[in-house]
Amino acid sequence: MKPAVILFPGSNREQDAVRALRLVAGAKPQVVWHAEHELPKGTDLVVLPGGFSYGDYLRCGAIAARANIMDAVRAHAARGGLVLGICNGFQILCEAGLLPGVLVRNARLRFVCREVLLRVERADTPFTKAYRKGELIRIPVAHGEGNFTASEANLARIEGDGRVAFRYARRDGQIDETDGPNGAINGIAGIYSEKFNVLGMMPHPENYIEPEIGPTDGRGLFESLAGALKAA
Amino acid sequence: MNLIPNTPRITPELVAEHGLKPEEYDHFVKLIGREPTITELGIVSAMWNEHCSYKSSKVWLRTLPTTGKRVIQGPGENAGVVDIGDGLAVVFKMESHNHPSFIEPYQGAGTGVGGILRDVFTMGARPIAALNALRFGDCHNLKTRRLLAGVVAGIGGYGNSFGVPTVGGSVGFHKRYNGNILVNAMAVGLAKTDEIFYAAATGVGRAIVYLGSKTGRDGIHGATMASAEFGADAEEKRPTVQVGDPFAEKLLLEACLEIMQAGCVVAIQDMGAAGLTCSAVEMGAKGDLGVELNLDAVPCRETGMTAYEMMLSESQERMLMVIADGKEDEAEAIFRKWGLDFAIVGHTTDTLRFVVKHKGLVEADLPIKELGDEAPEYRRPYEEPAPRPEILPSDVRTTASVADALERLIASPDLCSKRWVWEQYDHLILGNTVQRPGGDAAVVRVNDGPKALAMTTDVTPRYCEAGPFEGGKQAVAEAWRNLTAVGATPIAVTDNLNFGNPEKPEIMGQFVACVKGIGAACEALDFPVVSGNVSLYNETNGKAILPTPTIGGVGLIEDLDQTMTLDFKAAGEPVLLIGKTKGWLGASAFLATVCEREEGAPPPVDLIAEKRNGDFVRNLIRDGVATAVHDVSDGGLLVALAEMAMASGIGVSLEDAPDGMDPYAWWFGEDQARYVVTVASGQGAEVIHKAEMAGVPVMKIGKTGGDRLIVPDDRSIVVESLKDRHETWLPIYMGASS
Repeated sequence: MKPAVILFPGSNREQDAVRALRLVAGAKPQVVWHAEHELPKGTDLVVLPGGFSYGDYLRCGAIAARANIMDAVRAHAARGGLVLGICNGFQILCEAGLLPGVLVRNARLRFVCREVLLRVERADTPFTKAYRKGELIRIPVAHGEGNFTASEANLARIEGDGRVAFRYARRDGQIDETDGPNGAINGIAGIYSEKFNVLGMMPHPENYIEPEIGPTDGRGLFESLAGALKAA
Repeated sequence: MNLIPNTPRITPELVAEHGLKPEEYDHFVKLIGREPTITELGIVSAMWNEHCSYKSSKVWLRTLPTTGKRVIQGPGENAGVVDIGDGLAVVFKMESHNHPSFIEPYQGAGTGVGGILRDVFTMGARPIAALNALRFGDCHNLKTRRLLAGVVAGIGGYGNSFGVPTVGGSVGFHKRYNGNILVNAMAVGLAKTDEIFYAAATGVGRAIVYLGSKTGRDGIHGATMASAEFGADAEEKRPTVQVGDPFAEKLLLEACLEIMQAGCVVAIQDMGAAGLTCSAVEMGAKGDLGVELNLDAVPCRETGMTAYEMMLSESQERMLMVIADGKEDEAEAIFRKWGLDFAIVGHTTDTLRFVVKHKGLVEADLPIKELGDEAPEYRRPYEEPAPRPEILPSDVRTTASVADALERLIASPDLCSKRWVWEQYDHLILGNTVQRPGGDAAVVRVNDGPKALAMTTDVTPRYCEAGPFEGGKQAVAEAWRNLTAVGATPIAVTDNLNFGNPEKPEIMGQFVACVKGIGAACEALDFPVVSGNVSLYNETNGKAILPTPTIGGVGLIEDLDQTMTLDFKAAGEPVLLIGKTKGWLGASAFLATVCEREEGAPPPVDLIAEKRNGDFVRNLIRDGVATAVHDVSDGGLLVALAEMAMASGIGVSLEDAPDGMDPYAWWFGEDQARYVVTVASGQGAEVIHKAEMAGVPVMKIGKTGGDRLIVPDDRSIVVESLKDRHETWLPIYMGASS
């Protein structure tokens, strides 16, 4: 496994992602500066980390989506390479056209940092094989603009193709659309690209990986990636 | 080059507008031997105001204990530095941003966070946690909601974007803050002990470089504003509030740490209060060097800025550095990579003069040491605070039952859950937050462990009002106790002393007594003060805030396995009370909230008992005997027990109050040096025996289990419904505004 974690000005959870890849997947991630034009040779996973790239002063992710390195990321994705965007990374993927839809301000208009329950919608992708379909996992969110929305046509395609990765759920497993952290449509917390090789998600699995710190439900995602890339 | 002529003329009115007293101005004129230029007047007003010079507080601050075997750097630098072993040091400080936050809560609070983060990374430390202590007016005051919403959003907006977890703090309300809220921000960073950076410049002829954001016209005279009372026109001071840019600060952090790593930095000072003036003077004065600045090179946000404006601007996210010989290009390349301004704006000299040139003219030429050292220093007259009478349980009447009183207390503005606040702060970023907000102290792992740091902010302003000496002691003792309750060894504190106008003898009396109390407690608990900040003139229309000396405490945990939380862990465990209970109701939360009486002397703090009891509890944690620990503070014993129950969902059956003890005094008295501890079932007797052997007062007061809190001879309360009351007061209160 050769992950590359992209560093934009204002990224701030890149070391959290690096630690998760290191501790859970046993990888040695390379941190790649946004102004580069190429990914390191042999990169098989690109991670766009959380943060406030360019301060989020324009639309979240809009400037980062136009960084030099993003052409290489797009090419990597077009070849079927795996791309994971977390939080600001998800916002960048939407702005870069690698995922449909957009993340707007939380319905309550406040930043929210808390643990949420996610329902794993499918367990047959390179990102989720270590989970069970329908499993409820505890993962924290930390964002002010995580309210996913899309045009009716896009939403119909996302849902029709089964491209929802995770939904905010209640303890009984029902979708939590009204009480969720941000008001996202259909309780969507993360979505896949058409070929299921690009995942964008608002919650932070990279912060729930170590028993001495807290819950560890985030490990599954990194274990899945490690498994998928070892097999490849 | 000659000094520019004095236009405008320096009139007494102009001197007064700069916040200088006539005798201070006369002293300055004598010092320089001529009438100052307008730029020089601005410079001296910035250096000699209360905020920068500590002129009213200095003589008292010197009495505080500031040394210890772990202390690498005490007060006087950007932040305190304390050794935590393994070649690492914790670097921390707390600072107020009260006046700006009252005028413009979002930006005021945000730039307060930015300023304190900068203080920490200026020393070469990467910030690993932020905390705060907030005080707002009465919840019925019309401004309170807006100020609370703005301050919390501002703190979150800055810290979240910068990328530091905000892991702890406190929020309180009182009508005495109606016209002057408190925003005290604390930052904690981690550095290598042999890579700490200081402000003192060395070497003559070295380049002084300006780094970071451009200079604008914002915040001019911010420090002067912070050194005066508010009148009815407070909100007209909005233009003096700076505007924060956490994105620029994040870049500044990364760039600074990178050039420090590259060995480019000789000295570094952030531009905080009084901006370029204060930072340049400090670098020179501390290093016994002169400084010459050429303002033509300062990156400006707008055209036509005068020397006066540039020297007094408090634009944020700026740094001044002395660069190592021959490293200028390397340093510049790193800054350009991060998209930040880099300009050589001057050099060090051997003249001990502070010379400012602009457009070919000398705008200022002042003796640099005297600007700092000759600042006025006052031993202001003060009145000893009058002692208040002790309140006896027999003096207290209420129709509320013990259960009623508990329900009221845990849903009161001061004691309700502050989840609504801390969920707006990213408290998990960096992946090291072991104990989140809501416990006795936050616990943050150091790198990959096994060490961790515990941190807390504490003060009980109503105690400080009722008895400033005991109140000062109590603030320190409570911080020490909170750190102990999570298993940490308390190592050092930072203090943020918020008071009214020191020119009033009664206010100065509060200040002096609080500082004496803090000193006594820090001495007795081996808990030195390593950094701090004083905020005076917290008054509006002549009414002062409650004396509020906030204490930020830091403790060390050698191994994460030996840390402790306050939630009950299992049913059937004995509940022990450590420490002596007299039933002290004076100045208590019960008296204020349930009886609506703010009276009486505060609980006395027995520092010997404090240390003995705390050391005993810490050992119970280290020996793996304690299963839950919570310090007993605001609201007394029953509130502490309710918090332990609510955190776990496990109930508790309590025994009767001891014979002869008034039940209200027993359940709600705020005697100090106390903890509630649970141990595994069957271990109670052994722990009681151990405590007795150590001379630690101990008694079994109940047993965990069920889903209710059961007080003898009173109705039982379902823990879930108690929790519901506890959690909903603040969201409902804030919801009314949105």
